Amino acid sequence: MPHQYPTLSAEQKKELQDIAHRIVAPGKGILAADESVGYMAKRLSQIGVENTEENRRLYRQILFSADERINSCIGGVIFFHETLYQNADDGTPFVKMIKDRGIIVGIKVDKGVVPLAGTNAETTTQGLDGLSERCAQYKKDGADFAKWRCVLKISATTPSQLSITENANVLARYSSICQQNGIVPIIEPEILPDGDHDLKRCQYITEKVLAAVYKALSDHHVYLEGTLLKPNMVTPGHSCPIKYSPEEIAMATVTALRHTVPPAVAGVTFLSGGQSEEEASVNLNAINNCPLVKPWPLTFSYGRALQASALNAWRGQKENASAATEEFIKRAEVNGLAAQGKYIGGSEKSGPAGKTLYVANHAY
Amino acid sequence: MSIKPTALQESRASLSVRHTLLASKMTHQYPSLTPDQKKELATIAQRIVAPGKGVLAADESVGTMGKRLQKINVENTEENRRCFRDILFSADPSIANSIGGVIFFHETLYQKSDNRILFPQVIKEKGIVVGIKVDKGTAGLNGTDGETTTQGLDGLSERCAQYKKDGCDFAKWRCVLKISDGCPSALAIAENANVLARYASICQQNGLVPIVEPEILPDGDHDLQRCQYVTEKVLAAVYKALSDHHVYLEGTLLKPNMVTAGHSCPKKYTPQEVGMATVSALRRTVPAAVPGICFLSGGQSEEEASLNLNAINQTPLHRPWKLTFSYGRALQASALAAWKGKTENKQAAQEAFCTRAKINGLASKGEYKPAGHADKSATESLYTASYVY
Repeated sequence: MPHQYPTLSAEQKKELQDIAHRIVAPGKGILAADESVGYMAKRLSQIGVENTEENRRLYRQILFSADERINSCIGGVIFFHETLYQNADDGTPFVKMIKDRGIIVGIKVDKGVVPLAGTNAETTTQGLDGLSERCAQYKKDGADFAKWRCVLKISATTPSQLSITENANVLARYSSICQQNGIVPIIEPEILPDGDHDLKRCQYITEKVLAAVYKALSDHHVYLEGTLLKPNMVTPGHSCPIKYSPEEIAMATVTALRHTVPPAVAGVTFLSGGQSEEEASVNLNAINNCPLVKPWPLTFSYGRALQASALNAWRGQKENASAATEEFIKRAEVNGLAAQGKYIGGSEKSGPAGKTLYVANHAY
Repeated sequence: MSIKPTALQESRASLSVRHTLLASKMTHQYPSLTPDQKKELATIAQRIVAPGKGVLAADESVGTMGKRLQKINVENTEENRRCFRDILFSADPSIANSIGGVIFFHETLYQKSDNRILFPQVIKEKGIVVGIKVDKGTAGLNGTDGETTTQGLDGLSERCAQYKKDGCDFAKWRCVLKISDGCPSALAIAENANVLARYASICQQNGLVPIVEPEILPDGDHDLQRCQYVTEKVLAAVYKALSDHHVYLEGTLLKPNMVTAGHSCPKKYTPQEVGMATVSALRRTVPAAVPGICFLSGGQSEEEASLNLNAINQTPLHRPWKLTFSYGRALQASALAAWKGKTENKQAAQEAFCTRAKINGLASKGEYKPAGHADKSATESLYTASYVY
């Protein structure tokens, strides 16, 4: 154990670090467009659109046809497997459209949650089988980063020690395998916002979970400079009676990260976890204005919080496509500002942007 | 009107409450420190590592002082030990510009200066924080290749409470690991990390800032990369243990080894390479909440320790904690050699000490320019740019 066996060459390390830095370059964040077929069903049914492969293609096309305005605020896009091999109407592969904008292509590689027997309905995440070969293929097909989501929840009895350890371990295995194949792993240990716990409780749990994650990454010899973290912000549970300001959320979040995330990590890209579009931007902005020393970029990796307005504007109608794209560009620019602490909240009228996107027990 | 629960309902309820309590023990935070306690600890830590300041480690045990005094042919008596500490502690008050804290040995805490003033008071009057070594030395780990843990936890809380009353605001505890073919073992790493976390937790309960010292000895012929690797593994375990033990990181300091090659390593490395390897290792393991990192000098010469600290502070990587010194030998060697046990040499000895203190104060800001050495821009190219740590 006291000997180092080579994991990555100097060139491999440099490549991973460069990719990671480009994704979280100043003012940039990630569009999480990796919703599974099942979860797209929910999104599309909310706007009365049938969940067909064609509709999913049409919808992603709305996002990916955004013009050069997103070049300065989107550093990476996370794809779902199906989408990686789809094309625009004119036959251009989506991957090419994204790469031509100088945006990095990423791919969701996990295969969903599975239960942990003997726990209070807790889960781990599967997808390790043949992962190395899949990563190698994705790298050839244009992906330079990957994403894997683990899920934990807060209740009187959870997260259990097993759930924390098991999810930390599987995240570390996934990361190690990705890096071997030139892919930057985004590490996502999401603690769901379901519950009535207060802000402090979420902070405490987040710190325990992240401490376990970084110990596991160390044990698995993962090169931190070539990773990104995608955590939840520290927030109270959705049914918590106490309301907190964005500044309180920011302070709790940054403190938790300062207690656990080594400075070598290339960047932190928050999930939006059911926050409304505006909430997610305002909170990210407050985080970036938090007066504590923050040694990593703090930006976004938003799915719902970038797409809700666009989805609503589209409603499956071809004639609404460019209006929908505009909605997406607007949110992207707002979050680009928030990632620099320069967003003046409330500039967006409340409407779809203010609507909470919380779905109980959210699973993709 | 409330309905009285049946015996069965009651026992079920109490069972489920008990189950909930047992099962929920780790998901709930139980208060360890009040906001005021946290504030006090964080403030003390910040004062010790204020810009341009570091720590004088004057906590040599009786046995270790014996070795130091023998080198200058001075008898190891209590009076001689008092005399030498007096030289250091009675230095010009401007020493406080470079020294934020002094670590005492137990005996010294209750000794007095030539002017009959208790040493802690002499130090405090200079605006310097008083610290105390609280461990009781290493003990063997059975079944390992000569590895150790460190003892001293018994009654530690009561001892800390007393030290706090007697003027101390921080403590130090040293664990030791070594690099060899089979070391450090998983047990050595886990056990030392755990005992450091227990010590840290107990200190904080008593208003003392714990300096956490997981020293990896420089003995051996291993290269720089090996030391970096082992240092990263050790520090990752230390910070996981601190998290498990609910230690308040903002109220702690770390005292690690610099990342260097082993003493008998044939390859020589520049201060810039030492700086790069050291800062890389720390960036991968030490959370930003830790206010300061005070390196041990571990057998480096005075000048070497200053040059390396300076290079560390010039390393072009982002460093969210202070990087300063907690030196024993590397602050005292010249003073000891100048003193030779003679009263007439006292002033020369003090000047030697003040000189090293000032130099290390500059080094802690990356501003040390040794005479005859090129300045920062010229030396920057000395590290191997292609080597990715």
